[in-house]
Amino acid sequence: MTAIRVRDLTKVYGEVRAVDGVDLDVADGEFVGVLGPNGAGKTTLLEVVEGLRRPDSGTVEVLGEQVWPRNAAVLPRIGVQLQASAFFERLTAREQIRTFAALYDVSPARADDWLERVGLAEKASARVEDLSGGQAQRLSIACALVHDPELVFLDEPTASLDPQARRNLWDLLAGINEAGRTVVLTTHYMDEAEVLCDRVAVMDSGRVLQVGSPAELVRHLDAPARIIVAPGQLDEAGARGIAGTESVEVGPDGTVLTTRHPADVVARLGELGALDGVRVQTGTLEDVFLALTGRSYRA
Amino acid sequence: MRAFSAIAAAIVRGFVRDRASLFFAVVFPLMFLVFFGGVLSDRGQPAAELVQVGDLALVEALSPEARDAFDAAFDVRRVDDLDTALEQVRSGDADVALRQDGGTLVAHYTQTDQVQAAVTQATLRALVDGTNVALLAQEAGSAVPFALDVERVEDESLTVIQFVTPGLLGWAIATSAAIGAAATLQGWRQTKLMRRLQLAPVRTRTIVSARVVVTLGIALVQTAIFLGVGMAFFGLSLTGSWWMAVPLVLVGTLCFMALGLLAGALTTTAEAAVNAANFMVLPMAFLSGSFFSLDGAPRWLQTISDLMPLKHLNDGMLDVMVRGEGPAAALPVLGILAAFALVVTLVAAKLFRWESV
Ligand SMILES: Nc1ncnc2c1ncn2[C@@H]1O[C@H](COP(=O)(O)OP(=O)(O)OP(=O)(O)O)[C@@H](O)[C@H]1O
Ligand SMILES: [Mg+2]
Repeated sequence: MTAIRVRDLTKVYGEVRAVDGVDLDVADGEFVGVLGPNGAGKTTLLEVVEGLRRPDSGTVEVLGEQVWPRNAAVLPRIGVQLQASAFFERLTAREQIRTFAALYDVSPARADDWLERVGLAEKASARVEDLSGGQAQRLSIACALVHDPELVFLDEPTASLDPQARRNLWDLLAGINEAGRTVVLTTHYMDEAEVLCDRVAVMDSGRVLQVGSPAELVRHLDAPARIIVAPGQLDEAGARGIAGTESVEVGPDGTVLTTRHPADVVARLGELGALDGVRVQTGTLEDVFLALTGRSYRA
Repeated sequence: MRAFSAIAAAIVRGFVRDRASLFFAVVFPLMFLVFFGGVLSDRGQPAAELVQVGDLALVEALSPEARDAFDAAFDVRRVDDLDTALEQVRSGDADVALRQDGGTLVAHYTQTDQVQAAVTQATLRALVDGTNVALLAQEAGSAVPFALDVERVEDESLTVIQFVTPGLLGWAIATSAAIGAAATLQGWRQTKLMRRLQLAPVRTRTIVSARVVVTLGIALVQTAIFLGVGMAFFGLSLTGSWWMAVPLVLVGTLCFMALGLLAGALTTTAEAAVNAANFMVLPMAFLSGSFFSLDGAPRWLQTISDLMPLKHLNDGMLDVMVRGEGPAAALPVLGILAAFALVVTLVAAKLFRWESV
């Protein structure tokens, strides 16, 4: 069964086509990332799919149900963390998550477990206003997961998290995905998408430019690999002499060779005895992202 | 039911932990109650400053009770010549200069302070009349044949505290219901909490009724505190069907929540919504006699006053709480308030948008 089926979806704000003819399928149990520069339409896409906003055209089906107008049959089965944290004022972290738990008829004990799982047990008695940005973010995620939903939407869950919290959240999300939950998240971190996502959709200006697994996208990009040889191991002429090398650049950190045949080049480097301290950088999702969306700033 | 009580509990906690809203809902109106009930009514009319020119045989001849009344009404200073006395009155150092000219008491006063002048005049006249009656009675060789009993109109028998408590209570309820509704609506819209709640399996109806029930509860607590403080410290005494104040308070709260919703619907930020709510309620409180009676106000002002829901709430509470009217006196008021609440809610709902798009 498909968890999400989006066809030709469009959402317009005045002049802005925030979502513009998007098709997207997410299979049950899949982990999907939506990537895109600021203003690409990621949040809008998620909000329409969650049923928060009325689509201007196109269809959305979530867990086999329509989501607009508000469909009470879908709501208990999905969990949502909005990009902006939304809390009851002046409640403590524990009261907050217990309140959300009550809305889904989940026991207070399970709510407390979730505080523990996102590392907020120590902050249970702190008011939400007194939490740091990252702590509030974790509380918001815990509130989205407290009822163990089949399908989880997370809008930039790791924004404002420190490296530890980020890794811990990765583990947590990978865990619930392994337990069979479908996860859709947006992120600006390519490493995150590469580690977590089965597939990513790259968006810009309301359109989905490409969808595929991170490896597929990188392969598709056909970007040359960069091989960095430590300084003093190889002179420039020697580097240019290696078959398959496209360009050579000598810098203080060593000689950089770009090639589309890294295996052959590395083998040749071995024959030349220049392998000490060699580093190979292949194309990354970031390269794919920049190639697709360009380098200029977004509004 | 769990969802309802969870949301209600969250709102109550949010309210109780918000010092500003607690202050404006309870402490601030209570300060007014203490001011009106305690300070003003204890003080009564201040004694007038009287300069006595030379001897006043008539005052010396007053009976002991009349002499007490005279002493209570006037702070007496003595000067020897009329010019000094008149100068003191003119410059405001004294309220009245009094001299005796043969069998006539002559009082010199200015009209600058008309109330003080009227009180002075009336007091002196009463003393003179009283003395005359006593003298006549003495000449006739009999006891005083009759005494003057003043029968007061009922409204005037309301001491200050009786009169101000219902009005201040009305104002307190109106303020916190309107501001509460306006701030909640805008606050939830801004913090996206409402959007998050839309994604939870709770009906909008549940959320709204939790908010309404909490506000009604707050209003009842305000009422209990007000009446408790009034009775315990300021001698407030409630009349027969005071319990009709409970439905009045409840319907009045709905009415002012509706106004708060309207303020929330017309504005885009929580601060603006609160200001708008205040801007509606505070002038209305003045025009509805929450702080002082409008009985002496011009006709047109009273007409405007009649258009104010708070005026009807105040009046209804006065009727049943201190004027001793029966429960039926509150019924028309309940009808007016309910109709007002309904109309304003419909208008607010028509105007309100969760999102600008
Ligand atoms: N409520 C709104 N009213 C009007 N325009 C909006 C609204 N929300 C978003 N937009 C516009 O729609 C476009 C897409 O916004 P959206 O929030 O979906 O982007 P995003 O991809 O989530 O960006 P970010 O990475 O910064 O979160 C932007 O141009 C934005 O200005
Ligand atoms: Mg976004």
